[in-house]
Amino acid sequence: MEILVCVKRVPDSSENEIEVNKDGSDIERDDLVYSVNEWDNYAVEEAIQIRDNVGGSVTVVTVGDDESEEVLRREMAMGADSGVLLSDDAFEGSDGKGVATILKAAVEKGKYDLIMTGAQADDGAAQVGGMLASMLDLPYASLVNKIEVIDDKKIKVGREIEGGNQEMSEIDLPCVLSIQTGINEPRYVGIRGIRKVASVEIPTYGSSDLGLAADAVGAAGAKVKRLDYFVPEMGEGAEMLEGSNEEIMEKLIELLKAKGGIK
Amino acid sequence: MAQIFAYIVHKEGTPDDTAVELREAAKKIDSNADVTAIVFGSGVDAVCNQLTESYKEVWKIDNAGLAYPNAEVIRRALVSILPPDCIFLAPHDTFGMDLCPGLSIKLDSPQISDVVDIEGSEGNTLKVVRQEFSGMASTHVNCDISNGAVINIRPGSFQGEGVKGAGGQVVDKTGDAGDISESSRRYLEVVVAEVGDVDITKSEILVSVGRGIEDQDNLEIIHELAEAMGGDVSCSRPIVDAKWLEKSRQVGTSGQTVKPKVYLALGISGSFQHMGGIKGSPFIAAVNKNPKAPIFQLADVGVVADILEFVPELTEKIGESK
Amino acid sequence: MESALISPAKFFLFGLFPTAILSFLIPVIGITVFVYIIVKRLAPIILANPDFRFDRIPERVKRVLVLWLAQYKQPRYMLAGVLHILIFAGFIVLSIRSISLVVLGLSETFVFPGLGLFDGAIGHIYNVFKDYAATMVLIACLIAGVRRGYFKPARYSVPEKYGKDHTGEAVFVLGLISLLMISESLFEAAAVAANQGEGIAGETPAPLSLAWFLTLMLTGASQSSLQGVHIVSYYIHDLTFFFFLCFLPLGKHFHVITSILNVFFMKLDKGTIKPVKWGVDDSKLDELESFGVKKFEDFTWKNVLDFYSCADCGRCSDQCPANAVGRPLSPRFITIKARDYAFKNYPLKGNFIKSDSLIGTIYDEDEIWSCTTCGACEEECPLAIEYIDKIVDLRRGMVDEGTVPQSLQKPLKALEKRGNPYGKMEKKRAEWTTVLKKEEEIEVKIVGQKETTDTLYFVDSITSYDDRIQEIGKATARVLNAGGVDFGILGPAEKDSGHEVRRFGEEMLFMDLKEQNTEAILGSGAKQIVTADPHAYNALKKDYKDLPPVEHICETIHRMIKDGKIKLQAGDDNGAVYAYHDPCYLGRHNEVYDIPRDVIDSIPGIKRIDMDKCRDRSFCCGGGGLMLFYEPIEEKRMGQIRVEMAREAGADVIVTSCPFCMVNIEDAIKTSGLEGKMTAIDIVELIDRHMVK
Repeated sequence: MEILVCVKRVPDSSENEIEVNKDGSDIERDDLVYSVNEWDNYAVEEAIQIRDNVGGSVTVVTVGDDESEEVLRREMAMGADSGVLLSDDAFEGSDGKGVATILKAAVEKGKYDLIMTGAQADDGAAQVGGMLASMLDLPYASLVNKIEVIDDKKIKVGREIEGGNQEMSEIDLPCVLSIQTGINEPRYVGIRGIRKVASVEIPTYGSSDLGLAADAVGAAGAKVKRLDYFVPEMGEGAEMLEGSNEEIMEKLIELLKAKGGIK
Repeated sequence: MAQIFAYIVHKEGTPDDTAVELREAAKKIDSNADVTAIVFGSGVDAVCNQLTESYKEVWKIDNAGLAYPNAEVIRRALVSILPPDCIFLAPHDTFGMDLCPGLSIKLDSPQISDVVDIEGSEGNTLKVVRQEFSGMASTHVNCDISNGAVINIRPGSFQGEGVKGAGGQVVDKTGDAGDISESSRRYLEVVVAEVGDVDITKSEILVSVGRGIEDQDNLEIIHELAEAMGGDVSCSRPIVDAKWLEKSRQVGTSGQTVKPKVYLALGISGSFQHMGGIKGSPFIAAVNKNPKAPIFQLADVGVVADILEFVPELTEKIGESK
Repeated sequence: MESALISPAKFFLFGLFPTAILSFLIPVIGITVFVYIIVKRLAPIILANPDFRFDRIPERVKRVLVLWLAQYKQPRYMLAGVLHILIFAGFIVLSIRSISLVVLGLSETFVFPGLGLFDGAIGHIYNVFKDYAATMVLIACLIAGVRRGYFKPARYSVPEKYGKDHTGEAVFVLGLISLLMISESLFEAAAVAANQGEGIAGETPAPLSLAWFLTLMLTGASQSSLQGVHIVSYYIHDLTFFFFLCFLPLGKHFHVITSILNVFFMKLDKGTIKPVKWGVDDSKLDELESFGVKKFEDFTWKNVLDFYSCADCGRCSDQCPANAVGRPLSPRFITIKARDYAFKNYPLKGNFIKSDSLIGTIYDEDEIWSCTTCGACEEECPLAIEYIDKIVDLRRGMVDEGTVPQSLQKPLKALEKRGNPYGKMEKKRAEWTTVLKKEEEIEVKIVGQKETTDTLYFVDSITSYDDRIQEIGKATARVLNAGGVDFGILGPAEKDSGHEVRRFGEEMLFMDLKEQNTEAILGSGAKQIVTADPHAYNALKKDYKDLPPVEHICETIHRMIKDGKIKLQAGDDNGAVYAYHDPCYLGRHNEVYDIPRDVIDSIPGIKRIDMDKCRDRSFCCGGGGLMLFYEPIEEKRMGQIRVEMAREAGADVIVTSCPFCMVNIEDAIKTSGLEGKMTAIDIVELIDRHMVK
């Protein structure tokens, strides 16, 4: 099975303290460390396991700048066969649809039976997978937490739905799946693994290589635009509720409700 | 202003809470708009009738084949029945996430997902609030809605009365929905999660219990509170060590790292390992006897109290407030 | 020497068959078979990875004298140890006699070189020794046999998952040894009884020895019977001797042969970790095809010798904290399973079998991750069998294959990206010092580009970032400040020491951290490094190279007290009783036992006790560094057992000198429901509290 996995380089919220910069134009990026989006990493592991079972190849692709090559190498160290970097100044400022448009062009350069994305990213909107599928007119399932290959025409997938239940469907190939965390246990990639693939050639495609119109992608094509960043109110240390038991409870219930803590 | 539609999630003949929330959200887009609810399903008259209270019009697509919502089928039907350049609202839940990104492509409208607030619209620009990085940063987002928009609303974010007494009518659109049979994606079954098999990493509300519970028999009060809040029970390591709860419910660096919207820490002092497992949670409330418990450093709100007394009372109060 | 009986060398069976032929054939066949077996056993050793063990010969000889000849570790288990010493000493004495006997079967006048000196006086003295030795060995074997066969100490039992019980083999070998002793004595006794019957003067067995009793019993028997006994007992001895020789390499008694070599080639430096591959320079590691031990042949030859040498005595597992809390690890079976695997894949008959990945066949992942590298097993082993290097090598193999538990992947990734396992920002590494400056006017300078320092305080990650453990950092700064030490920290330039990174098998990440730290430390101009974290201490001392001397803070404090730089006063602790818990990496791995105790004792009026398990038998708190992130399968926590021990000893306060011990012990006090009854304090905090300020 020929598998394409779309990955993304993101600041990992578990290893960063996300702070908004002074003028609110961005988050504080000076001290950020980046890694591959967690969901994407599960997708790559799943792709590798499928390949190891039924044969084929795994290609990882990302839309990003030169530094995004780092995540492609990490996923190749994990076991992906090849990587493709989609990079162009014109891609900057793309919204979800823009990214999906770029990826669509890349998908069409190859022939894939299965295309995977992560279900979401910490700095994303959980939309690229579904958009890509619709652009390609391929069947799609989101939040996939189980994949069983039936034959080379169809697979069985489980989707994670509310309450920890799992919705099982049969889906025709080729298709697009967005992968939920927990579908597998991604293997560890150490520095040694990354060094082993350090010199593998990674092709880079720009706007013209992909035949993309200038206004379809990047800031020019974006209808959804992030204006700023700001900090949702959060204090240093806990605000201690005081007063009578009655008052405390009322205040607490009010806060819980406001934060979505009471369904 | 474009026409606004709301996709209604329903269960057992009753609309989901999001039905009211979507109406509330629509109000924030355009306070004067007449909003149309769309109900897919099999035997949905009861649902539709309830919706007429808050929606001016309720579109019904009723077919035995829709007994279980298949996003692919519903997406195709929506493309057939929705007018061009409309605004389509849906909850940002596991169905909405499955349906909407692709729908926006088919409708050639932009999509904004997981919206927590809507600031309003000006001309063809709609301004909304989203969150990134597990809620550690919020952003204002502008969306060009000249070609309509698909907007996913975070469940629970739009609290309010919605609209009352809309006196809406139900319109049967089943005939316009086109072919509603399954094709390339075929639903098989739902595998129901086993009890004790809750994935707390996916929970939005966690009622977490620690050593302060003192005895296994006392755990009942925690379960009751979790039920009242609509959340799941998680715990700190000592509770698992004592085998009072399953390992799958343990929060901490050695257990699960959780990112609920609300984390209520009860009788958890906040060991270093435990705190590592909850730092991504946007709202942490803690109840502990010890005012110096480190959990209060991390929590947003704290209460100094004995959980054995505090929790049952809180459960009761929440019950009353509903 | 005149004798009433015909010796085996001259005897003719039924008057026809010269038994000398047997005397010739038995040793020849015995030795041939033995050599054959040994050659087969050598195969895996030859195919194994290199191991550099031919250096520091005088030191090695000393270890042989102490550990092998003097059996130094044996009495740690008193009854078994004493019995072993008796049997071992008997074997040493009787080896001369046994060799003599073999030759006597061919030449009746043979005298072992040296024993004929001074007109045979040496021989006479030797004979007294060997008579008592044989008696002693027999008695020891009988006691040991009853102990193993009847009382069956729990230490030797073999859980079903690990293999078969070896009580049968043990009792059988005790029987063989007894048979050797009895036949040897009977051979002698028959000759003496015959001589006495004929009135021929000669040597008599030492009084009350086995041979002496047997002589008494045989006195009065007919000469022909005695001749029979003489010949039969000789060949029983001869056959048993060579059977025993060939039997040794088939099981746990291989140690009788290999132990001297195993001790000679033992690891000399505690606390160190073997290189990824001996003989491959760090800079060449990238060229290695594979890392660590994945298949049996990835072990070094010394590892294989370890497997052969294990006597299956179970002391390692008896001391192992992981085993004690029910983790799926028992060091004894790390060795025994590998030995059985070697025997199976390198059979005495037939072709060698191609080996599989060890993980999944004889070991499982959790087993290998369960080790805290506390070193209790190695400390205990009478034969100096190593475990930590093998565990680390097996982990290196798993890391290379990517099979790392998810709970460890996060901190490892954070270490790679941020230099600490918590994923905290580098710039916040020195944040704990700001309170000191604000509230106590103690300035902790951050050395590096502009500032230099005399003494560098290496803080390490947990002390830098953990709220509770920062108190240890603050106390350290206060004590150094009070002692007038010119000190500084590296601040954001400091990375995790990588101590556990290395011991968890991620060598390349460790090297990365080491390089960054080394550069920062050398750039600080420090002439001395001090740390309050034994893991950092061990890393900087043993894993890093060419750094200024490293001290643990308790050594610094010890000197400051001696020099009068700091003065201590009695505290107001209501007569609390203190017990000092030896951290593995300060105690066992670095043998700093007395200094922290002296430091505590120099507080006026303090009452300190020791737990039963202390010093080199200290019981691990649960492990440090990455072990805090690993989720072991266990029935109980090590810390809880440790706290229980302290309580039994009558302690109110557990003093430790390691941040990780603090985390684990404080946690255990809570989980054991002993809050308010017991507390834990770090030695620096204790000194800070009792310092005259």
